[in-house]
Amino acid sequence: MADRDKTELLGTAKLNRRGLLKCMAWTGTGVVWGLSGGVPRTIGLVGSAAAAEAAQGDLTFVQISDSHIGFHLPANPNPTATLGEAIAKIKAMPTQPAFLVHTGDISHLSKEEQWDTADQVIKGANKQVFFIPGEHDVADTGNGKAYLARYGKNTQGRGWYSFDVAGVHFIALINVFNFQPGFKSAGLATLGDHQLEWLEKDVAGRSASTPIVVLAHLPMWTIYPQWGWGTEDAGRALGYLKRFGSVTVLNGHIHQIIQKVEGNVTFHTAASTAYPQPAPGTAPAPGPMTVPAADLHKYLGVRTVDYVASKGVPALTDSTLVA
Amino acid sequence: MLTTTNPGPRRARFGLIFGAIGATALLAAGLPSLGATGGVVDAAAKAVTVKIDNFAFAPPDLTVAAGTTVTWKNNDGEVHRVADDHNAFSSAALDTDDSFSHTFATAGVYHYFCTIHPYMVGKIVVKPLSSKS
Repeated sequence: MADRDKTELLGTAKLNRRGLLKCMAWTGTGVVWGLSGGVPRTIGLVGSAAAAEAAQGDLTFVQISDSHIGFHLPANPNPTATLGEAIAKIKAMPTQPAFLVHTGDISHLSKEEQWDTADQVIKGANKQVFFIPGEHDVADTGNGKAYLARYGKNTQGRGWYSFDVAGVHFIALINVFNFQPGFKSAGLATLGDHQLEWLEKDVAGRSASTPIVVLAHLPMWTIYPQWGWGTEDAGRALGYLKRFGSVTVLNGHIHQIIQKVEGNVTFHTAASTAYPQPAPGTAPAPGPMTVPAADLHKYLGVRTVDYVASKGVPALTDSTLVA
Repeated sequence: MLTTTNPGPRRARFGLIFGAIGATALLAAGLPSLGATGGVVDAAAKAVTVKIDNFAFAPPDLTVAAGTTVTWKNNDGEVHRVADDHNAFSSAALDTDDSFSHTFATAGVYHYFCTIHPYMVGKIVVKPLSSKS
């Protein structure tokens, strides 16, 4: 498979499986996805027949999302600082993650200086980072050209890719392009035929016991269509994945933690590192929600994902940025 | 409302007059009853603003005379982006308080949406310049 064992990943650093496994040797236990929220919880199951490879080492990684560098309104006048706090939190983790994933909206306005700032801050974690774009990252006049030129090396189509780590198959899906107007569609995000065909091939032939992690920006299930919080053709993607014993879908976009289990698939939206948004339907519209400054850090966070292969159980721990 | 019995030639002729004698006087004199289907339109105005508030265009439907410049003003804390469904016009990403303007030279119905939040939709109906009914 062309995307298997990708040795050069997104961003500035390089990573290969051997190097990563070395890393994981000293991480000790499990796969960790890191994302914020506050309350540790364990969700989902990995099939007991987790890939043999996973037995070589456990995996821990961290998810951060929606940093919106360049945002400047009262909901958070300094998102660079809160991203820095998230990175500090990651650096202080006793079990260091093997890598980070950023599930989009790195910048607020797709400007190079905003990505420069984000990259500079995130670099402080000294980890490989896997990025996907949010709609704020493809809002340049070139409709995503700037993002793809910067972050899209070694990706397929308009930025999608997959890779394998410790027996876990990661799939980064892009659902921030080609929004169709509400007068001729449901007004939701789409993946598109090209990407879906790629996905079908990407997972074909893989053992059903391979744990799958899907990264996306917008939710892959319809949380609240009135606010566009869903992906119209997500069902087709999930159809290709349903035969797998463990599918974990991580996304951003809505700046709050919402989870859902559907068969073998668990969905987890993430907290932002910048500002919260209202719960579905609790405000006239989505968008930045201003909370008392003293409370902001309760709404921001990072998610840690611990995958202990021997137990076959991935654990997600959401931690807020409250010191 | 305007009615047009022979829009093609009149549109061309009025276009010339429009340029020659000035639009404001002509519009004020000739198009007093230009209506909107949902928003208030000043028939004498060459410029009309559509506000973006709470992830919605206000007014969502607007009728203007050809030659009118429509300005979209983003009052939201979120970024929006205005685009015609057939690429007649398209804005850059509009941050809070940013604006985008487009002058509608040609009569027609323009369906547009926010390319970031596609459920946000609006319509501009552009009427040809002509004598009033």
